[in-house]
Amino acid sequence: MIELYILMALMIVGALAAVEMRNLLSAVIAVGVVGLGLSIIFLLLKAPDIALTQLVVEIVAVIILIRATLTLKDSGEWLGSRPLGSLLGALFAALTVWVGIVAFKSLPAFGEPLMLVSRRYLENSATDTGAANIVAAIILDYRAYDTLGEATVLFTAVVGVLTVMRRKGVKEHGGK
Amino acid sequence: MAGNDGEAGMTLVVKTVTRLTVGLIFLYGVYIVLNGHLSPGGGFAGGVIIALSFMNLFLAFGGKRAFEIIKKDAVTALESVGAVLFLGIALLGFADGGFFNNFLPQGRLFSLISGGAIPLSNIAICIKVGAGLFGVFLALVSFRGSEREGK
Repeated sequence: MIELYILMALMIVGALAAVEMRNLLSAVIAVGVVGLGLSIIFLLLKAPDIALTQLVVEIVAVIILIRATLTLKDSGEWLGSRPLGSLLGALFAALTVWVGIVAFKSLPAFGEPLMLVSRRYLENSATDTGAANIVAAIILDYRAYDTLGEATVLFTAVVGVLTVMRRKGVKEHGGK
Repeated sequence: MAGNDGEAGMTLVVKTVTRLTVGLIFLYGVYIVLNGHLSPGGGFAGGVIIALSFMNLFLAFGGKRAFEIIKKDAVTALESVGAVLFLGIALLGFADGGFFNNFLPQGRLFSLISGGAIPLSNIAICIKVGAGLFGVFLALVSFRGSEREGK
């Protein structure tokens, strides 16, 4: 358990560093720390499938962010101290922590899941589907509808990016 | 950094290391996809690794070298093909009685050809995710390039 807390502390430090960093490239690398720490946490919790996915997606995200921000000028300007904004921010943070504590108390304890439908998956997945990897059996057989929805979300996101970032059909500005 | 316009590529060291490793990265992605129903991994992770191998090629050698292997239009077309393939596998489930029913025989547990339609779904998702993410990468890189030309 102690290694989980160390990793989570590292992720929080990485997230805070990403917010506070003035240099965009350093901020992107600090965001990468958060994702890679999460990947190691998944690995320690014995979820290699999701750890692998998190690792490669984080690498793609960092590559794209670096390529996108490398030539941008740092537009972050110091806006001066804003006491009202800081107060509201602290209030919202406290509210979020309070709601989080209330919500997490109603969940089953860490490491003791409910095991209602999961027990059936664990017992029957090999004979039902013939797949040795139970994760693949669940996401592509029992819960394939969810995977179809996830694929639709990704498809929509890609179509959106290709539409916004297209070169053809974009009107030139003024006299350029 | 050399080659920040995506055309010229990076230094000789990066090019040599990429030439040695990019095939292995691609093969590892294919392995992850084809063994998705046996070991950790699957279509999503494998597709992202295959897309990463193309991004590696693009960043190290510049756009021309990567487009010799796969055309830009082919990337966006492949994304749709992957989505249609996945939907087609779902519709073929009607042969067994319903949407997403596993219509193929199960095979022997732990053998490469087992799990019915699960490996096929993995391949379809791999095509979809790999082409989609590489398409997003190309869009972001080329958009930045056009912005630079405008300045």
